[in-house]
Amino acid sequence: MRLTLNIWRQKSANEPGKMVKYDVPGVSEHMSFLEMLDVLNQRLIKQGDDPVVFEHDCREGICGCCGFMIDGVPHGPQRGTTVCQLHMRYFKDGDELYLEPFRAEAFPVVKDLLIDRSAFDRIIAAGGYVSVNTGSPQDANSLPIMKQCADMSMDAASCIGCGACVAACPNASAMLFVSAKISHLGLLPQGQPERDRRALRMLAQLQEEAFGACTNYGECEAACPKGIKLENIARMNRDYLKAALSYREEASAGGAA
Amino acid sequence: MSSVAVPSGFGRTAALFNSVVGKKIVMAVTGVILFGFVTVHMIGNLQIFLGPDRINAYGKFLQENVELLWPARIILLTSVALHILAAWQLTMLNNFKARPVAYVKKAALVSTYAARTMVWSGPIVGFFIVYHILHFTTMHAYPGVAPDDVYNKVIYGFQRQPAAAIFYMVANILLATHLYHGVWSLFQTLGVNHPRYTPWIKTGSKLFGFVIGMGNCSIPLAVLLKVLPRTL
Repeated sequence: MRLTLNIWRQKSANEPGKMVKYDVPGVSEHMSFLEMLDVLNQRLIKQGDDPVVFEHDCREGICGCCGFMIDGVPHGPQRGTTVCQLHMRYFKDGDELYLEPFRAEAFPVVKDLLIDRSAFDRIIAAGGYVSVNTGSPQDANSLPIMKQCADMSMDAASCIGCGACVAACPNASAMLFVSAKISHLGLLPQGQPERDRRALRMLAQLQEEAFGACTNYGECEAACPKGIKLENIARMNRDYLKAALSYREEASAGGAA
Repeated sequence: MSSVAVPSGFGRTAALFNSVVGKKIVMAVTGVILFGFVTVHMIGNLQIFLGPDRINAYGKFLQENVELLWPARIILLTSVALHILAAWQLTMLNNFKARPVAYVKKAALVSTYAARTMVWSGPIVGFFIVYHILHFTTMHAYPGVAPDDVYNKVIYGFQRQPAAAIFYMVANILLATHLYHGVWSLFQTLGVNHPRYTPWIKTGSKLFGFVIGMGNCSIPLAVLLKVLPRTL
């Protein structure tokens, strides 16, 4: 099949970008979307042009590296699919597509379709972890966990941090991402000691990073390639409210009085 | 790296309002109060269809209980002020700044028309509330000399100025869409979301928006269609 691609080309973070039109003939329906771009890039390199820069790593839909907008939808039209797992059989001959980077103040464009998502790393560093003592591991069955909690935690943990939620949100809000991390840890016993602090710190960092606020559009849930649910945002709001009202600083004489 | 210093007392309340989720919680709580008000206000006003005596007695009852009227007014005005302040700050300081470069092409997958127009329905309804108070409460915007009783005040007010009646209907349709998204949203913001009952909450908020919009529109419409006759 033959496609027409309008791709956002931007040389660097400080230069203005623009949409450039490319004619891409000979696309096989068995190619993934990224393989189709590889073919285009090979041709651009042979012609002595700059290839289109996009981020990718595992190409198995589990690393969270890839992702850009295809016709205004993060990761393209196929629900629950990362762009590396999106196959060309979902497109037809003669389609004209618009490829743009995920756009948010917190995700500056590095080049073309490549964005800097280190804002997510800083949010994780602020509280998206559990502190574990080193030493020999304890017996795996010593901490009973309800099946339902383990399931919901695993569902939240399937977030790959690709940023599609931010890209889809009209407010460029990262609430779905943060709530997935908070739910993933907060539903397990290991996550309880730092639960209050986690909600306060991660949300404080989210605000530092200039993401927007949630207005419950639901676009993030629809665009998420891993099916993270809005329910997680409600859980995060509960955690935040409880933490904001009941959190205590550690006292130097704590426990002695 | 980030750290949280959580202050105590008043500082803690201020910190809650400084956070985006805290502001959303303020909007949700004031939203509950305002939703309760529009429901009671509509039920009270629909008494106009039961005849002049009922609505005039209701108006008299409200005016005579000053010790209830003013506390209610103060709570409502404070709620409106906080709701607008939080919405203004979230929209202007966070949301409008979060995506400085717009998409060339952006699709809406599931968001409703009501959700996408909250930033417009809110200010228009806000403007309507100011006009409504000047129109029928303080009477500064009332056309001509007002009759003494509530029933005829409403009828003359709309008949002398059909444009006002039409603005009332437009504003109330927008109020209905605002409630449709706002009512289910406040549950989500306060952390109430469960696969078992969230579909019911969404259906319920659609229904509430519809009932309140239709209920409030029915009064100016009935006046314009002369279903409600003048008695003076």
